Amino acid sequence: MLPLLLRRLAQGLPLLLGVVVLNFTLIQLAPGTFLDVMTAEQQVSDPALIERLRVTYGMDQPPWMQLLHYLGSVARLDLGFSYRQNMPVLDVILAHLPATLLLMLSSLAIAALVGVTAGIVAAVRVNTLWDNVLSVAAVFFFAAPSFWVGIMLTVLFSVKLGWLPVGGMGTLGLEGGAFARTLDLLRHLLLPSVALGLFYSAVYARVTRAAMLEVLGQDFVRTAHAKGLAPRQVVLRHVLRNAALPIVTLFGLQLGTVLGGSVVVETVFSWPGIGALLLDSVSSRNFPVVLGVLLFSALVVILANIGVDLAYRRLDPRIRGR
Amino acid sequence: MSASLVLATLPPVARPGLLRRFIRHRTALVGAVVLLLIAAIALAAPWIFPRNPLRIVGRPEIWPFLDARYPLGTDSMGRDIAAMLAHGARASLLIGLFASVTATLIGVSIGAAAAWYGRWIDEALMRVTELFQVVPGLVFVLSIVAILGGTMANITLAVGLVSWTQIARLTRAEVLTLRDREFVEACRVLGLAPWRILLREILPNALPPVVVLSSLTVAAAILYESSVSFLGLGDPNVASWGRLVGEGRTLIRTAWYISALPGIAIMLMVLALNLVGDGLNDALNPKLGRR
Repeated sequence: MLPLLLRRLAQGLPLLLGVVVLNFTLIQLAPGTFLDVMTAEQQVSDPALIERLRVTYGMDQPPWMQLLHYLGSVARLDLGFSYRQNMPVLDVILAHLPATLLLMLSSLAIAALVGVTAGIVAAVRVNTLWDNVLSVAAVFFFAAPSFWVGIMLTVLFSVKLGWLPVGGMGTLGLEGGAFARTLDLLRHLLLPSVALGLFYSAVYARVTRAAMLEVLGQDFVRTAHAKGLAPRQVVLRHVLRNAALPIVTLFGLQLGTVLGGSVVVETVFSWPGIGALLLDSVSSRNFPVVLGVLLFSALVVILANIGVDLAYRRLDPRIRGR
Repeated sequence: MSASLVLATLPPVARPGLLRRFIRHRTALVGAVVLLLIAAIALAAPWIFPRNPLRIVGRPEIWPFLDARYPLGTDSMGRDIAAMLAHGARASLLIGLFASVTATLIGVSIGAAAAWYGRWIDEALMRVTELFQVVPGLVFVLSIVAILGGTMANITLAVGLVSWTQIARLTRAEVLTLRDREFVEACRVLGLAPWRILLREILPNALPPVVVLSSLTVAAAILYESSVSFLGLGDPNVASWGRLVGEGRTLIRTAWYISALPGIAIMLMVLALNLVGDGLNDALNPKLGRR
């Protein structure tokens, strides 16, 4: 496992390098000098700070030297400096990371739980009312923008019913111990996770249904039924296990889009994560943070894909040899 | 006419679950009707609502169905929601279509070149494709919009740039399977120029599944655009559904319909496009089934 992990990481490195070059191209495309635009927009007049930006991006040199310079900075984990937060970009991103990871993981958990369950039910009861109702629901949630679902959920559960908070990550000035705090966090987490998760649950439902149907028709399933196993056991232990590969693949493929989706959902619910940070940085043209988030999110996706690749091998012995 | 074109024009082979296929095609039909309706509204918008949809027409926050002059009500500034929705349909459809065309052009060129030339060109182009796949789409679109500005053209280009990878992979796979077929060899024997074989013989045969993916890309592009304008980063002078949802967000306590209506419009449009895409898939690629 370890040599494989190292090999995959080594393969991911050129990709990351590519993202850095892509970033650099974007900087070059900016109208006027990147630094001028940035300093003018932010009204930065501190010469020391401008000098620091100039050093990070090597602005006074020819483009290829600038690229080398930028690559060197990134290799030293120097993603630039954010004057808005008055912190290095990497620190800013890391400070916002936990909130986003929590939101992403909980919405993916909801998506997988709801979607896989719906997919199993639809596949086992194929061509019945259940199947049709679930398929229609999946089609609808697949088309609904998550920001809109989020707002509608807020209207219903926060404004009309008053059950859940409108936004944020915790109640200000909350008294109580760790338990009360956790409960409060979960109450704040529920609506954004559902808003983000419903779209992906639709995708999971479709993929699970298709994968299950493919496996359900195979001989070993008939054998399992024939030897008298309970239907529940056949479906969960034999069919689902063999249908798991596409579902796991989906997890890796979607991590990137979930990260993108969290930008809008975090905005709807004032969730203090990477998405909110990105939007704030885009609106204030705080380019170092924008490019840092772009690079960082690509890194997350690359790592997730490596993780999925390794999970694959655990799930399917047939791939292990390759 | 080549083998796969002949196959594509034949009626789909009857398979078990005929009812399901029938229902599915009926849903495709429903999707097509909804889509045509939206397109008609978009086309007719300048005649139904000839004045600027962003101008103030009446009292703010009139609820839908209360005033016959403003059937869908007015927003917080007293602008006619029906007019903004009709004009917004234009913006959404245009951006969706152009972004999808951009993505298809990039994807088909890269996929076809990779498969046709093979070796290091294939290797390099596929690495580039992978690169664009690991960058989260919306994050990339927002970065482009931040740096180059949120005009319609920039948003369209940005969405096209993040949407071509699947099309490239599919085109590459299709061209790879067609490259060594007999009819291509026959063309070679006849002495046709390689670019001619690729453009005139191989690509037309590789296109049916690509067309399906392109139609689904329109839906994805519309969702991207609505997200960008929802976040308030779109063109402020263009009536956009996403922007309207975003503007209504601050008023959910008193006037939640301002956010609800354009969201329903987005959902209907995306839904219709997805249904049509699925229907096209069944019609054009009966062998492949549902992807």
